[in-house]
Amino acid sequence: MKTPLFAFVGPVMLKEFRQIRRDSRSLVFMIFLPAFLLLMFGFALNFDVKHIPLAVVDQDGSRISRELAKKFGTTEYFDVKAELDRSGDIDGLMAREKIKAALVIPETFSEDLLAGRSPSVQFLIDGANAMSGTTAAGYAAAILQSYSQKVTLEAMERRGLGGLTLPLETEVRVWYNPELKSARFLLPGLMAFILMVILTTSTAFSIVREKERGTMEQINVSALRPAALIIGKMIPYVLISLAAAHLVLGLGWVLFGVAVKGSYILLLLTMILFLISGLGQGILISAITRTQQVAFLISVLTTILPTFILSGFVFPVRNMPAVIQAVTYLVPAKYFLVALRAIILKGVGLGAFWEQILFLAGFAVLTLALSVVMLRSGGEGGRRRARRAR
Amino acid sequence: MKAILSILWKEFVQLRRDPKLLPVIFISPILQLLLLGYAANLDVKNIPSVICDMDRSAASREFLDDFVNSGYFSVEARVERMDEVDRYLDHGDAAMAFVIPRGFGDKIAARQEASVMIIADGSESQSATIGVNYATMIAAKYAQKIIFEAFERAKGLGLKPVLVNTEVRVWYNPELKSRNFMVPGVLGLILMIMTTSLASLGIVRERETGTMEQLIVTPIRPYQLIVGKLLPFVLIGLVDATFVITVARGWFGIPVRGSVALLFALCLAFMLNTLGTGLFISTISRTQQQAMLTSLFFILPQLLLSGFVFPIENMPKVFQLLTTIIPIRYFFVIIRGIMLKGAGWAELWPQAAALLVLGTIILALSVARFHKKLD
Repeated sequence: MKTPLFAFVGPVMLKEFRQIRRDSRSLVFMIFLPAFLLLMFGFALNFDVKHIPLAVVDQDGSRISRELAKKFGTTEYFDVKAELDRSGDIDGLMAREKIKAALVIPETFSEDLLAGRSPSVQFLIDGANAMSGTTAAGYAAAILQSYSQKVTLEAMERRGLGGLTLPLETEVRVWYNPELKSARFLLPGLMAFILMVILTTSTAFSIVREKERGTMEQINVSALRPAALIIGKMIPYVLISLAAAHLVLGLGWVLFGVAVKGSYILLLLTMILFLISGLGQGILISAITRTQQVAFLISVLTTILPTFILSGFVFPVRNMPAVIQAVTYLVPAKYFLVALRAIILKGVGLGAFWEQILFLAGFAVLTLALSVVMLRSGGEGGRRRARRAR
Repeated sequence: MKAILSILWKEFVQLRRDPKLLPVIFISPILQLLLLGYAANLDVKNIPSVICDMDRSAASREFLDDFVNSGYFSVEARVERMDEVDRYLDHGDAAMAFVIPRGFGDKIAARQEASVMIIADGSESQSATIGVNYATMIAAKYAQKIIFEAFERAKGLGLKPVLVNTEVRVWYNPELKSRNFMVPGVLGLILMIMTTSLASLGIVRERETGTMEQLIVTPIRPYQLIVGKLLPFVLIGLVDATFVITVARGWFGIPVRGSVALLFALCLAFMLNTLGTGLFISTISRTQQQAMLTSLFFILPQLLLSGFVFPIENMPKVFQLLTTIIPIRYFFVIIRGIMLKGAGWAELWPQAAALLVLGTIILALSVARFHKKLD
């Protein structure tokens, strides 16, 4: 005789609530840790590559070469940290990461320039970090290009060819985030990242804890069905994390001026689906492990780096090889991130991101269904063991 | 010594209780490496773009060809009106748009200032910034070409354009591959995550299940208990380090230019910190759940403030100051130094000293707290 599917959801929920309340530090962490992390990183982090520490080796030492070196120092992209006499000194500074780039102006620079010969300079970059290396090279090229243009135009003016304007004006517009503020880029990504880690870890213990303490056996021999157990255990966490997510959103709005441009209802729907996905992943991990140690390791390893790397938060998904792109479909933060950017920054409607919502819903259902299956098979085994013990 | 060995034995027996632990400890670093090695790619190429050429002159086509042929942009669509551009960006089907207004070609021919518009989707992390940089560079080159053409025409005056040639040399990673930076980073992350969380949870479990009391009433001394409990994690860390370095080198071809022995020695110095943190967390947590959330509280800020993805020199001063007490920051300099730069003790001793000092402080602090808890 089977009990109705959803019988006992209420009591399981109450028990879980009571258990959470007993451990007040964990509750405080679950609600406030995301907001705290967002607060910290919203201020601390940005993707801009600026203030690259630069060494200048001016072997020419003329007024013109000093002017060129100054051009680098006055931009916000480079900070001149050292002025060296010999280019041999660059090595040590770069290995110790005191500088990340060096400009070497050769002895004959001003002479060549005044004689109308094209002089050369050397620009050395620490390429270990490819991202800042590429950007530094770009900045340097742009500075030197505009310097060449200036020199050329000056030469023309001296020959009475003045009044020549620059032939082209490029107007750059950045949509959705006009000042290219890092906080605006970062916020949706950080939200998805922080929430995902906290969500998965907060339910990762929910079932395995019972196994480790031996209370799972009691649940197995009771009439409680696995689906009811999972739903009952999950509801308190959905509510707690919904509060945490709103705290994060509110903070983003008040402190970083990232207001929700689109529909709040849509946002709420997406958020709930994402929360269930993250919590579902935690429950699935809990269902397949036997100790809390392993559950924690798996949940950290499947959330921290994958969310960071495969969600499109830091690295564009379209640059990845096809196999890795396929793996990104298993990362719920990816869908959430696309939807979040669309709703919060672009303010567009469902038409632009409905696929993401479908995928999120699919992921949520899949993890929960798998957990039920795992629990049922594990539970049967448990029941058998319990019977044998009798 | 015998006491330490028996604790050690007990720990290993316990580690085998969950048959999934060993695979997690040994396979996951490799999986993470493979994912990171292939996914961490910031080389922004083929940015999906829309072209809106309202001029449709020979000049505008020539200008746009520079963009198309650069390899940085892939043309998803050519549209005629601005509002069509909107749709592509809104739906995320394109991340950039190039708009040439009517009259562009006429202005170029008349040597007046012509204008173009470059639109970037600013919601999409860095590719927007990088894309804009490329685009303005290409536009500037086009402008330069026109200036030089003016020079050509003025040749009779004996003028020659002056160009400052730049010879760019990239050290340590000449092809500027992101992988070479990220993959060595995994070593630090794995060591931190594995050892901190395993140690903190392992010790708290002992207390949660009440077996700690049993250990205390045995003649085992507290220091023996600590050494015996932490040593297995040191071994796990070393094995993981070996795995990561082997795969990084063998599979991804990332060089180890410096001394491998020094790298391992400094891994040990780093683990002083991570295990110290783990022990510290265990002394302030009652349950494994608490230990886990507290571990996250320590791990996540370290990860994000380490300079792994977000450069430290761009952080506000307060946070830069804060990073000086983050051990993994120094460890990253060490890993990159030894693997990519071939640095040795002469360059890296300040980082090594920082690791030793920080590690000793945290370990001493947590051992003291641990003792107090036992008494």
